[in-house]
Amino acid sequence: MGMTITEKILAAHAELETTEPGRLIEARIDLALANDITLPLALEPFRQAGGTKVFDRERVVVVLDHYNPAKDIESAQMLKTCREFAREMGLTHFYDVGRMGVEHALLPEEGLVVPGDVVIGADSHTCTYGALAAFSTGVGSTDFAAGMLTGKSWFKVPETMAFELIGRPGPWVMGKDVILHIIGKIGVDGALYRAMEFTGDGVGRLSMADRFSIANMAVEAGAKNGIFPFDELTKAYVEAHSSKPYVVCESDPDAVYAEKFTIDLGSLEPLVALPFKPENVRPVSEVKGLRVDQVFIGSCTNGRIEDLRIAVHILKGRRVAPAVRMIVIPATPKIMAQAVEEGLLEEILRAGGAVSTPTCGPCLGGHAGVLAAGERAVATTNRNFVGRMGHPESEVVLASPAVAAATAVMGVLAEPGEVASWEGFEA
Amino acid sequence: MKFRGRVWKFGDDVNTDEIIPARYLSLADLSELGRHVMEGIDPTFPSKVKPGDIIVAGKNFGCGSSREHAPVAIRTAGVACVIARSFARIFFRNAFNMGLLILEAPEAAAAVLEGEALDVDTDQGLIRNIATGQEFRVSPVPPFMAELLRNGGLIAHLQKRSVACGPLDPSNKEPGKGSR
Repeated sequence: MGMTITEKILAAHAELETTEPGRLIEARIDLALANDITLPLALEPFRQAGGTKVFDRERVVVVLDHYNPAKDIESAQMLKTCREFAREMGLTHFYDVGRMGVEHALLPEEGLVVPGDVVIGADSHTCTYGALAAFSTGVGSTDFAAGMLTGKSWFKVPETMAFELIGRPGPWVMGKDVILHIIGKIGVDGALYRAMEFTGDGVGRLSMADRFSIANMAVEAGAKNGIFPFDELTKAYVEAHSSKPYVVCESDPDAVYAEKFTIDLGSLEPLVALPFKPENVRPVSEVKGLRVDQVFIGSCTNGRIEDLRIAVHILKGRRVAPAVRMIVIPATPKIMAQAVEEGLLEEILRAGGAVSTPTCGPCLGGHAGVLAAGERAVATTNRNFVGRMGHPESEVVLASPAVAAATAVMGVLAEPGEVASWEGFEA
Repeated sequence: MKFRGRVWKFGDDVNTDEIIPARYLSLADLSELGRHVMEGIDPTFPSKVKPGDIIVAGKNFGCGSSREHAPVAIRTAGVACVIARSFARIFFRNAFNMGLLILEAPEAAAAVLEGEALDVDTDQGLIRNIATGQEFRVSPVPPFMAELLRNGGLIAHLQKRSVACGPLDPSNKEPGKGSR
């Protein structure tokens, strides 16, 4: 019986020839990740289990991205605890202010994840690295503690759902629209406990940035992981960012899938997810005109250079509407530097937008753009739950950077085509 | 284990931001999390819930973030167990690791009403509605997870094992070298 890419990667890390959905395995992990919210909770279990050093200081990564730079005294204390632990353990890959970026944009950029890897992260959006043909999943702090101590973690091998992408995305359609479409179709538990595997010719027409956005939100459909096949684009990306050896796994032609869907990228249009679930998906064309107080472009979903480029294409020579606050947070220092070099930040500032240092910031209602009661944001983030970005009576509308930028200019939820021309845009 | 508790009923897709909003994630004292449990759905819930009460919810309970603060908040509020049609996967793992009892019982989740009292018998895998006399089956726990629970959670399980095989995997001792 054939195996899927997820099954193959897991089997290889459990020293098994084959494996099948439902089987419980103990797998070697190539990387364990935590952040300033989840690391402090891992310290007690780590010590309790007798931990004095991590299994491999090259393979335990700590990124202080959520409440950093410290938003208040309590978070400053938590950050200090994290720093002390990282230094005590001698972690090679420890990222703090100045070198820190939003973790799921940072790790691929730093070349820390390569194809064929098994990665656990104490952050639900760890599934992002599936874009690199790796198995990558979110866990809690205790699972992370066990992983950083032993270099292993247990998994139930998930069933896989196949999403065959065909066709070519039209103007303004980004990875964000693809994943919102899928979540709208299958629901927030549509892939519960399962792997979401993206296949088909359409994959080759999606940039790495698009693939990261798509894999990032697999968890919003309940999935254990999202995963893309390895192709020329993956190869180019990985070899530009990493010198680590890697293993290419691919699904067998007779691999078994629990369900199969076909998505014609050419049939998609810009989408949003209205409050309060990511499955509440509508075409922008049907709901445009909605009043908006804040626009946020950033996060592990859409804070990459490609996201800033398309936003600036729309903003250039225009002004953010007077009643709207636009906040742009490049996801990593390198993305920020690149945006400076390309003149993107200057255009954002000229348009009346604000730019902040890399952080998760407002995405989870942390800082740098928290919402008041009755306010509504259009955000390029991944969750629009009640109170996600602040007050329980605030609202978040999830959208692509193109829709977010158009909305900032129009002052109400808008389609990119209402503001700018697709002609002349080269991502 | 057998116990009796009063039901608080919630809907589908209860997420971790509702269970414990991010503004409380920097609380240093984890025992305080219980004072804010479920605030995202019902701000008065922390003042109403009593030790031994039971949360009953629909599908995909605990979706969203990987924060262990969520099961910890429920546990420190004194909630005896969460019964749901299904659980989000990271929450499911975390609950076992944090010692919060969770039971997958689709029929109970659908039939039970707020304010009703339930008798829960985890050994028999049975839930009984005291008012109506209705009995519901609990979906069996995977054997590995049952072992985790028997050993007292993941960390205690590891401590037990580390005596046998040591905490370090020898293949990974050399920093920077791949172990594939």
